Amino acid sequence: MLIRIFPWTLLLVLALFPLVAPLFDFTYYVGFVRHLLIVMIAATSLNFILGYGGMAALGHAGFIGVGAYTVVALVDAGFTSAWGAWATALIVSAAFAAAIGAVSLRTQGVYFLMLTLAFSQMLYYLAVSLRTYGGDDGYGLHTPLTLGLGLGDAQGRILYWLVLAIAALLFAFLNRVAVSRFGYALRGVRENETRMAALGYPVYWIKFTAFTVAGAVAGLAGALLACHNRFVSPSLMHWTESATLLVIVVIGGLGRRWGAPLGAAVWLTLAEVLKLYTDYWRWPLGLLLILIVFFAPKGMAALLDNRGKSP
Amino acid sequence: MLKLKTATLTLALCSALNVHAADPIKVGVALDISGPFATIGAETRDGLNLAIERLNGQLGGVPTEFLQTDFAGNPEQANQLVNRYLQRDKIDFFTGPVASNSALAVGPALFAAQVPFLSSNPGPSQYAGKQCNPYFFGVSYQNDTYDEAAGKVANEKGYKNMVLIAPNYPAGKDHLNGFKRLYKGAIKDEIYTKVGQIDYAAEIAQIRAAKPDAVFFFLPAAMGINFIKQYVGGGLKDIPMIAPGFSADQDVIAAVGEPTMGLYNTAHWAHDLPVPANVEFVAAFRKKYDGRYPTVYAAQAYDVIMAMDAAVREVDGKVSDRAAVLAALKKANFKSVRGDFSYGPNHFPIQNYYLRVVEKDANGQLTNKLVSTVLEKHQDAYVGECQM
Amino acid sequence: MDAIFLIEQLLNGLGYGLMLFLLAAGLTLVFGIMDTMNLAHGSLYMVGAYIAAQVHERSGSFVGAVFMAMAATVVIAFVLEMLVVRRIYSRGHLAQVIATFGIILIADDLVKAIWGPAPMLASTPAALAGPVQLLAELPYPAYRLAMLAVGLLVALGLYLLVNHTRIGMLVRAGASNRAMAECMGVRVDGVFSFIFALGAALAALAGAMMGPISAVQIGMGEAILIPALVVIVIGGIGSIRGAFVAALLVGLVDTAGRAFLPPALRAVLPPALAADLGPALAGIAMYVLMAAVLILKPAGLFPARA
Repeated sequence: MLIRIFPWTLLLVLALFPLVAPLFDFTYYVGFVRHLLIVMIAATSLNFILGYGGMAALGHAGFIGVGAYTVVALVDAGFTSAWGAWATALIVSAAFAAAIGAVSLRTQGVYFLMLTLAFSQMLYYLAVSLRTYGGDDGYGLHTPLTLGLGLGDAQGRILYWLVLAIAALLFAFLNRVAVSRFGYALRGVRENETRMAALGYPVYWIKFTAFTVAGAVAGLAGALLACHNRFVSPSLMHWTESATLLVIVVIGGLGRRWGAPLGAAVWLTLAEVLKLYTDYWRWPLGLLLILIVFFAPKGMAALLDNRGKSP
Repeated sequence: MLKLKTATLTLALCSALNVHAADPIKVGVALDISGPFATIGAETRDGLNLAIERLNGQLGGVPTEFLQTDFAGNPEQANQLVNRYLQRDKIDFFTGPVASNSALAVGPALFAAQVPFLSSNPGPSQYAGKQCNPYFFGVSYQNDTYDEAAGKVANEKGYKNMVLIAPNYPAGKDHLNGFKRLYKGAIKDEIYTKVGQIDYAAEIAQIRAAKPDAVFFFLPAAMGINFIKQYVGGGLKDIPMIAPGFSADQDVIAAVGEPTMGLYNTAHWAHDLPVPANVEFVAAFRKKYDGRYPTVYAAQAYDVIMAMDAAVREVDGKVSDRAAVLAALKKANFKSVRGDFSYGPNHFPIQNYYLRVVEKDANGQLTNKLVSTVLEKHQDAYVGECQM
Repeated sequence: MDAIFLIEQLLNGLGYGLMLFLLAAGLTLVFGIMDTMNLAHGSLYMVGAYIAAQVHERSGSFVGAVFMAMAATVVIAFVLEMLVVRRIYSRGHLAQVIATFGIILIADDLVKAIWGPAPMLASTPAALAGPVQLLAELPYPAYRLAMLAVGLLVALGLYLLVNHTRIGMLVRAGASNRAMAECMGVRVDGVFSFIFALGAALAALAGAMMGPISAVQIGMGEAILIPALVVIVIGGIGSIRGAFVAALLVGLVDTAGRAFLPPALRAVLPPALAADLGPALAGIAMYVLMAAVLILKPAGLFPARA
């Protein structure tokens, strides 16, 4: 019963949050939660390929960067529609993910991990040396994108609600796919590629499709992040950002519905709170990682989920 | 559920903070305590804290809260931190970031909220030119000016052929362009290296083959340390090096040691600059921090706090009157450790630049020694583009 | 572009390659034999560099400092193995990546607490400080020659150890079939502890040797970890021979990219474009090499396991 109402309650609470926040002087946390939701979108997309498909990609931040820089390129060319920019970001990052996936998916395990890392490093160094878009200095989006439809600009609470809606829809969509025929085939590939191939499944295409979808979603997250920060720099694509996403997904719970959101919420909130109190805010996070690997090998979502099986 | 709990927790924390806050002035400081500029961030903080201590934690006699938080050198994180300072803490002044990209990332939000941003280090050309803003004060310097001074030094030393080297990002190119603005000789080669490069053997071989009169390099943080170590080990000691002060300050000297001997560098400040406020600052700094010489970053951070102090005093503590605060800041009416200076219309300083050289002091400790004044009352090249 | 310049750049490429090999050797050993992805190898490298720098500064003996650093790092690695790494041998690579990433975060804060945030002074031993005249026109840093020698010695030592000693045989037995080796009476746990300690000693050696020519500071481990991983992946994970060949290859390609690509592009492209493109391409040369190798040979040049 609780499981059934929980998502809707959460959605309601999150939707009401910006209205309630000013009463408690919480305006800052509206922005914080908005950022959290965007990271959750990216983490959920990584969970889709890593948790369900067993593809350990260490270059997911590269797609976030592609999405963000697509917005930059459009704004630089004088384009102002948020919807158009987000859709373009989705398509462009899908194209990048398809190209990178087509090559990387020929390898497996650590080789796959390193190859995805290599491609995201190439994108990183490209962005660093791109003079047109500020290179290492980054690019400021000084005027917000416009939404039309009487919604005004893509900023403030409107942007929050849009991000929330997109996050909820994508979350529902990816979780729906995970329990579809395709999702079960993907899990089959994770468990045993050879057997799936013997059963006649197009293993490569299943992985390729999942990878492209995940890359596209990460790109959309990047586009939203560009609007959220109003600033884009290559540091979005640094390999440690990819590693952080990987950490979020693993500590949250691989292949678990609530894994990625939970991991993102815990990791980002802890980093935010610890930094308030000490300069030495990294080691508690490191200790947390080791403890989770030792005592919660299936992630935090598994600890909460006493049904003990992945959905 | 979990999120609700953290929300309640933060609510409790917020109200705890607000109880003892009987309207002090709030200064938001975003620090590079970890990340690529951790050393410089630590120097910045030491300079800030010395100034805060000497002012008894007050600005212009008004109790002040200095919020100091690490943002790990990441512009996105800097952005997030500034939003927290603005929306939750409602700061009255901002300072701290080491790198230009972080300064550029946080500027727009601060300007929109009408919070003065006093830069304790970076002076990006954007803020000096087209994107100049009444709320930005480049208290330290404009990025190119160190290189311009180095270019003039190269002329004075009679170098006819030079090799220039910088990391392959736009700021690297800007710094080399700054050098070329006043340098009149020929350029044998311009080498751009990978960001975060560890090994410079290939570039050093290129320099040897080019046989220049001297080398100018802009390689911040660890890159500069790697380069100087390998340059001297590679037997190029006889080809003199010139650098902007960042690559030859006390932090680099302490990490590289002997190979920095004889390195010429330019800056708007030196620890042996004979200005009363500076003598006092250097003595206090060395007393507080185990005899260590301050770097230019510590000096700049100290100046930033002193500039705030003078402005708050001038407006009698009424920091909410932003127009008055800006007017007070613009006067630069404080005892700067670099001596007196004034601001140009773009809020960047018109000031002297000096040549320094790394030598041993009386106790045999390696440090910079003031050589001469290179540029007097020098102004940056972007001031003409600023419409303010 | 004369012959001397070519020889010099060739030596530079080999030198950088052997530098990477020093770090990659320990990494690939632990990875290949214990099937453990140890990101904290970079942290052991950093600790080695810090200890060597400190001991060298205090005692004045560089050789002593290198051995001290190796000994101390082995002790640290021993504790690390007992507390953390032993518990994740049998876990997937992902769990290993996460746990050892945790160790990196802890190690960085610990080093900062002990030595402070500023980079450490690590000076070149006086005897090797200057250049050596290799040919009439070719001075070469003596210290880099020493590094070349150390790299070659390590390569040779590892080759002999793994292929021609009893312990090497146990190691290979444990790696190829752990359960079977245990049935035959091999104490695989002990062998693994030995390998982990050896890997740590090699990481410390690399750190101690790199100190005098690079910045000894927090984060130095992460900066060199990526090129080292590229090396072991190109070589084929677990193969010492592969790591050696790949390290030289990466060293040569990277150096050639930096030394020859920009002038070559300047000759064929308009100057503005060449100035932008050359350094950018040189920066990613290593990754392009890795992608190319893995496209042709998805398990690296010398796959260690069939």
